[in-house]
Amino acid sequence: MKLLAENGIKPLDAGQRKDGKKWNLIEKLILGLTLDQYISQVIRNKFNWILAGIMAIGIPFIIYRFIFGLGSVTHSSYDYPWGLFLGFGLFCMVPLSASGFMLGTTVEIFGRHDFEPIERLALLNGLLGYLFAVVYLLVDLGQPWRLAYPMVYSFGPAAVLFLVGWHVATYLSVQVAEVSTAFFEWIGWPNAKKFIRKGTIGLTVSGIILSTLHQGALGALFVYAPGKVHPLWYSASFQWIHFFVSSIPGGLCMVIAVSTIVMKTMSWRCDDRFKDNIDDITLKLAKGASMGLITYLVIKLIAVAHDNEWVYLASGWGFWWLIEILGGVVTPLVLFAYGLHHRLVRLVRIGAFITIAGIVLNRLNTALITFNWKLYQEIPHISEIIISITIFAIYITTYRFILNRLPILYAWKAQPQEATVTETAAAREGQKTSEVPAGA
Amino acid sequence: MCKVSRRRFLAGGLAGGAAVMLAPAKKALAAGNLTGFPDGMGALVDLTRCVGCRSCEAACNREQNLPAPDQSFDDYSVFDQVKHGQKRRPSENAYTVVNRYESQSSDKPVYRKMQCNHCNEPACLTSCFVGAYTKTAEGAVTYNDKVCVGCRNCMVACPFNVPAYSYSDPINPMIKKCIFCYDSRVKHGMPPACVETCPTQALMFGKRDDLLKIARARIDREPGKYVDHIYGETEVGGTSWLYLSGVPFEDAGFDTSLQKEPIINNVKDFLGTVPMVLAIWPALFTGFHLLATKGKDHHEDSHADEEGEES
Repeated sequence: MKLLAENGIKPLDAGQRKDGKKWNLIEKLILGLTLDQYISQVIRNKFNWILAGIMAIGIPFIIYRFIFGLGSVTHSSYDYPWGLFLGFGLFCMVPLSASGFMLGTTVEIFGRHDFEPIERLALLNGLLGYLFAVVYLLVDLGQPWRLAYPMVYSFGPAAVLFLVGWHVATYLSVQVAEVSTAFFEWIGWPNAKKFIRKGTIGLTVSGIILSTLHQGALGALFVYAPGKVHPLWYSASFQWIHFFVSSIPGGLCMVIAVSTIVMKTMSWRCDDRFKDNIDDITLKLAKGASMGLITYLVIKLIAVAHDNEWVYLASGWGFWWLIEILGGVVTPLVLFAYGLHHRLVRLVRIGAFITIAGIVLNRLNTALITFNWKLYQEIPHISEIIISITIFAIYITTYRFILNRLPILYAWKAQPQEATVTETAAAREGQKTSEVPAGA
Repeated sequence: MCKVSRRRFLAGGLAGGAAVMLAPAKKALAAGNLTGFPDGMGALVDLTRCVGCRSCEAACNREQNLPAPDQSFDDYSVFDQVKHGQKRRPSENAYTVVNRYESQSSDKPVYRKMQCNHCNEPACLTSCFVGAYTKTAEGAVTYNDKVCVGCRNCMVACPFNVPAYSYSDPINPMIKKCIFCYDSRVKHGMPPACVETCPTQALMFGKRDDLLKIARARIDREPGKYVDHIYGETEVGGTSWLYLSGVPFEDAGFDTSLQKEPIINNVKDFLGTVPMVLAIWPALFTGFHLLATKGKDHHEDSHADEEGEES
C-alpha cells in the first residue's frame, strides 16, 4: 500500500468517485483499487504471509478440537478446568477491550470532542476484543452450541457467570450498534446511521453500566476459589474492584498501543486529522491511564493490608507478585510521569505497552499461574498454545480488514475531497442524464 | 390530569408499602442463613475404622455403571500412585477414591475415602449459570447434564476439587461426580452403595443431625482416640458427609484452611452491588453528561458531515 501511495494512488475514502459516481460494494471492498493492484499489494505485504502461515497450521488444530473433543488438545485437567483459552482469551482480552466504554464516555458523556479522532478506534477495539473473547470461549466450552442456554433455556441467576454471560452478550450488541455508524457511512445508509446516533447517550450509558459490572464480575469469578488463587492475587472484598480498575488503564493503553502500531504499519489509512492529533491524544490518554494505574496500585496494597498478607511477600510467590506490581504497574507509572512532564510521546507509548503486559500478567497469574498454588503448576498443552495463537491471528486479521475499509482511522466523505458542492451537483446532473463518466 | 396521575401514584405507592409490611418478615429473615434441609441425610466416615480395602470404590463402580478400572480394586499399589505430586482424586471414571496417608501421630497408615461431600450450600450449585445442580431435600447434590454448557466454573468453585469432566467426549461432555446414589438409592431411603458395602462400618448412613450426635458421642467416649473435630460440620457452611479422624486432619490430606462460611458468601458483596449499579449509573452518568455539555458547543459530528449526506 505504501508503494501505491508513493505512486499517487489513494485508497477509497468517500462514497463517490471523483466524477460523482457511487462506488459499488466490490470496489469498496478492494479499497477502490483495481483488482490487480489489490491482489499485488496483498501479496507484497509480508505480514499477510505470516498470518496466513499461522492460520494454515492452527486452523486444522481448531477443527481437530471440535471433532475429537477438548481432551485431544488440552491436558484434560480436573484441577485446572480453565486453561489458556479462558486464562488468556477471556480474562486478558476483556480488560484490554475496556477502551470502548472509556472513550465512549469521554467523548459522548463528557463532551470531550478533542478525543474524537480516536473514538472509533477505541470502540472498534472494544468490539473486536469482546467478540474474540467469545470466540475463545466457544472453543473452550464443552458444549458451545448451548451458549445461549443461560439466556433462554435454563437460568442460574445467582451465579456470577450468569451476569458475565448476560452482560457480555448485551454489551456486544451495544458495541455493534456503536461501531455500526462507521459501517453505515461506508455502505451508504445515512438514515440507519442517524437512527443509531440518536441513541448514542443511551448506548454509551448502558455501555458504562455493563462494563462496570462484567469487568468486575470476571474478578468476582475467582472469589469462588478462595483456597486456589494465591492470597496475594485473591481478595474476597476487593477482587471485582481490582479487575474493574485495572481494566481502565488496560483499555486506554490498548488504544495507545493499537494507534502506535497503526501509525507505523498503515499510516496510509490514517487521515490528517488522525495523524495531527495522535500525539496529543496519546499524552491525554496516558494521563487517564496513570490515574487508573495509581488507583490500582493503592487498592492492591489495601487488599494486602486488609487481609494482612504481608508475610507472603517474603515467599517466592511474593517475589513474583512484586515483579508484577513493580514491572507492570510502577514502571509504566514512572514512564508516564516522566514522559508526560517532558512530552515524550515515545516514552509514553513504551509505558502503554508495558501496562498491557502488566495487565496480561496479572490475569494469567490469577487464572493460571498462581491458581492451585498449593497443588502444582501446569504448563498448557502445546495444541492449546497453538490454537490460542491462531485465534489471535484471526483477531488481528479481522482488525486489519476492518481498519483498512471502514472509516475508523479516517473521516468518511460523501464526495471526494476536491469536489465542491456545485461541482458535485453538476456531476450528479451528469450522472442522471448519462451513465458514461466524463473522465473515463 | 396531573393531579389524577399523582393521586394514582400515591395510591399505588401506599398499596405497595402495605404489601411490604404485610409480608412475613420473620420468615424472610430466617431464610438468610441456610444450614441445610432439616431432615437431610448424610454419611459419617470414621477414618479410625477404615482399613483401605477399596470395596467402596468397587461398589461405586458397579452402582454407577462406570468403566472397568485400569487396576483391579484389590490392587493396593494404587495407594502409591502420585501424579503432579498429588495422590489420586475422584475422576470421571471413579466417583470415589481411597488414599493412604502416613501420619507421625499414628504407627499405622491412615486411609481416607474421598467423594463429593454434598455441601449444605454447594459452591458448584451457586456458581452454575444454568442451574444444572440441585441440592435435594435428602441432602444429595445432583447434576443435570441436559442443561450443562460445559463452562467448568463448578470445578473452579468446588473447595474439595471433586467434580471431574469427561473432556474426551466431543459431543456430550459432562461433569462426573458422586451424586450420593440419589436416583437409585437415597431417594428411596436406601444407603448409598459405598456405605452399604463397607465391611468395617467405617461408613455410616443416616440423618445428618443424628450423625453429628453419634460422631460427637464417639469423640466424648474415646477422647484419646479421636481428634476433637468433626470435619464437615462447619467447613464451607457444613457438608452432608462428615469425617472423624484419629490423626490431625491435614495429615490425612484434608484442607483444614477452609472457611466456615459457604463459598457463596464471598460473592455476595459483589452480587449486592449489581442492582445498585444498575439503578444508580443511568442517572449518574446522564447527569454527568448534562453537567459537562449543557450550554456548551453542540456535538460537531466531524466523522461525517451531515450536510453532505443530506445533499
